[in-house]
Amino acid sequence: MSGLISSSLARKVVMALSGLFLVFFLAQHFTINITSVIDPETFNVWSHFMGYNPIVQFALQPVLIAGVVIHFVMGFALELQNRKARGINYAKYNGGANAPWVSRNMIWSGLVVLAFLGLHFYDFWVHEMSYKYVDILPEDPTRYHAETVAKFAPFWRTVLYVISFVLLSLHLWHGFASSLQSMGVNNKYTPAIKKFAKIFAVVIPLGFAFIALYHHLNPITY
Amino acid sequence: MKLYLKIWRQKNAESKGSMVEYTLDGIENDMSFLEMLDVLNEGLINKGEEPVEFDHDCREGICGTCSLMINGRPHGPDSRVSACQLHMRSFKDGDSIVIEPWRAKAFPIVKDLIVDRSAFDRIQQAGGYISVNTSGRPVDANAIPIEKELADASFAAATCIGCGACVAACKNASAMLFTSAKVSQFALLPQGQVEASERVLNMVRQMDLEGFGNCTNTGACEVECPKGISLENIARMNREYLSASVKG
Repeated sequence: MSGLISSSLARKVVMALSGLFLVFFLAQHFTINITSVIDPETFNVWSHFMGYNPIVQFALQPVLIAGVVIHFVMGFALELQNRKARGINYAKYNGGANAPWVSRNMIWSGLVVLAFLGLHFYDFWVHEMSYKYVDILPEDPTRYHAETVAKFAPFWRTVLYVISFVLLSLHLWHGFASSLQSMGVNNKYTPAIKKFAKIFAVVIPLGFAFIALYHHLNPITY
Repeated sequence: MKLYLKIWRQKNAESKGSMVEYTLDGIENDMSFLEMLDVLNEGLINKGEEPVEFDHDCREGICGTCSLMINGRPHGPDSRVSACQLHMRSFKDGDSIVIEPWRAKAFPIVKDLIVDRSAFDRIQQAGGYISVNTSGRPVDANAIPIEKELADASFAAATCIGCGACVAACKNASAMLFTSAKVSQFALLPQGQVEASERVLNMVRQMDLEGFGNCTNTGACEVECPKGISLENIARMNREYLSASVKG
């Protein structure tokens, strides 16, 4: 076990496991968010549960934050190490001839998603924290839908969210299936798993983009 | 055929290299790529200049000695061939061809287009073998029944010629395809089971020590490998490594 921490293979597994955890989280996040379009009341109930349930708040939320931090810190560390491993760059390097663009540019799609997370945290998490712990406002299980819809009123925010979801899709297009290969899964089921991963990579970010656009185009008027 | 060549020239390991341009005329379609370089070198020698040094041996695509990055791709534009099996019919009159050595920190340049690939030897030495008792009553390997599918997969992994195209192609200069092929060829056979755990741990440790990059599953190595070594080998190595690590 001693060499595991510094091993290139172990680092791949850490990237894979944290990535898969975040994929699972995305699916869960999407399931709740889509109710904001289908049934605002359900969205309010679930959002309130997520915001006030102590297990979610004090156990799952820190795990999620740790998952994100581990994934991007390890991603940066690996990227730096990989750049060093080449030494002198080629005068001519035809990377497009043997590998898809998305697989060669995970660092860039990842950086956009990371920047988006900053905005997303500011928009919702910081807002929640100040509501609960700074302003110490009372619990209101009915506020979430209206607050969410209002967030998407500005055109610039909706556009930034949609662009980020496109980059998230590209990141997942390579990352989801790749994580399984890193954990040693490559067998007769791999083509089917890859297909599922690619469908997920398109459908989930597309769904998130739809939700953002839907709320932008359907503001609540009082 | 007239060609415009841009070739990496570097006097020795310590000196700083640069791209040098050459114009070469009279190249025939049926010449091999290395023969084209031979023609260039003949001209350079006749002019009293230093010939371009490049690695080659069998010129039959089986020894893994040639190591040329041609127009940004290891072994050039054709698939499943090493540079010696690449022919000038893959190019046309007036083409510019950029020729560079493999670029990896773990493969230091010796001279011009020659790189030192002894890092691969050291990975092999770390575990790419099986111990067989040759005294007393050696058991004929053919007497051990092995499933056809496993034997085929092991053989496919063993066709790796260790040329280093995987490292050259990989954007991370990772040696995982090579190492995984060398792990897999034994991991699939009963003869390889005795040292299975220490083999994968030692070979991966040596691979990391040599300074190769990490695999990000782009698949470039598999596409550029002249022997078509599959990415399945990397997944197998990952499995072997994880189970060996857990076993301690």
